[in-house]
Amino acid sequence: MQYERPKSLMDAASLLAGAKGSAYALAGGTDLLVIMKNDDFDAELVVDIKSIEGLDEIRETSEAYTVGAAVSCAALGESTMLKEAWPGVVEAANLIGSTQIQGRCTVAGNLCNASPAADSVPALVAAGAKAIIVGPNGNRTIPVEEIPVAPGKTSLEKGEIVEAIQLDKRAPQSGDAYLRFIPRTEMDIAVVGVAVSLSLDDKGLVTSARVALGAVAPTVLLVEPAAEAIIGTKLDDAALERLADVCSAACQPIDDKRGTIEFRKKVSGVLARRAARIAFDRAGGK
Amino acid sequence: MSAIAVSTTINGDEVEFLCQAEETLLDVLRERLGLTGAKEGCGTGDCGACSVMVDGRLVCACLVLGAEAEGRSIETIEGMANGDELHPLQTKFLEHAALQCGVCTPGFLVAAKALLDANPDPTEEEIRFWLAGNLCRCTGYDKIVRAVQDAAQELRGS
Repeated sequence: MQYERPKSLMDAASLLAGAKGSAYALAGGTDLLVIMKNDDFDAELVVDIKSIEGLDEIRETSEAYTVGAAVSCAALGESTMLKEAWPGVVEAANLIGSTQIQGRCTVAGNLCNASPAADSVPALVAAGAKAIIVGPNGNRTIPVEEIPVAPGKTSLEKGEIVEAIQLDKRAPQSGDAYLRFIPRTEMDIAVVGVAVSLSLDDKGLVTSARVALGAVAPTVLLVEPAAEAIIGTKLDDAALERLADVCSAACQPIDDKRGTIEFRKKVSGVLARRAARIAFDRAGGK
Repeated sequence: MSAIAVSTTINGDEVEFLCQAEETLLDVLRERLGLTGAKEGCGTGDCGACSVMVDGRLVCACLVLGAEAEGRSIETIEGMANGDELHPLQTKFLEHAALQCGVCTPGFLVAAKALLDANPDPTEEEIRFWLAGNLCRCTGYDKIVRAVQDAAQELRGS
């Protein structure tokens, strides 16, 4: 295995594109280093992207925030600006692993690892976040939900790197939230994760919403009918009941030691109701 | 494959070493530099026995490549005591019998110091959440939490 630490994104992309065997971008390494220890792991090249200028920065423009691919989730959690604008995204990112993992792990890495149970991904999907991608054939920006295509598989082409995650500035009276179920209180993999982001009008009615489910399908699901179930309401009991039913119905979970299909479906609905309520309160809804 | 030359700072000292691309920082510390305080428990970032600080962040050394140490500042358990004078956390771990086999202890001490440096007066809940990534199979955690609380109080000078 070869280790490279390029100084520019273009160099990183050409190194990855030029590798004959398998090649990996290394950000926090909290997933990559674990698989590296498997006996069948065989990589020709690891490209450490942390020395590329700007990748460890959270930036603000007039329309958006960008979180560089090398920003640790611990650093994300220290950003007052992001906690204020996207508290659900920050909370979700801060649920990944332990304090030690937080010191290294990144949201871009969580996305590109393509685990169906990734904690930050439902929150990013609900937030309408975009992935800014650089590659040998140019740059592109796509919705984050288009990156994972199956467990452990992404739509990224050879040589492409997610440079940053972009989160739009918030409209007034907006809020988001992420909740997950795990059997213990800390340090576990989501059995179900639910994120809700919504905006309200002056009368306190939900005008737009995005609902995303994690750990209940091969990839994180953006559930459009769930948004429709609450748009135009003040999250009255009937709307929340519809939201829960739609979320339960959208799940395509597996049975495993963490939870049965039946349990995951039920909990998706319960968490969707609770997350919607938190997002609504954060938006100033009454 | 030729070795990678790395220059780094460990516990305030400039250190240079050669390592292979696959070697973790934990391998380098223990096997090349003789710093055997950080332990390998799981090797997958779950147990915290290899906790060290890299540029002021608490991390698992088993999930960092040795080559990544280039230009960074690393702190390990070996840098915690001031010569023969133990850090208050170390003293309190002894007083409270917050260890039995001791394999997890260096990790707990490094992690607890990182907490108290950032938050001198943590609640019990904050201590338990912060230390959730450090596993101990001997003590049942209670003595560790008491030792951290006691050390925090001493460090605050109250």
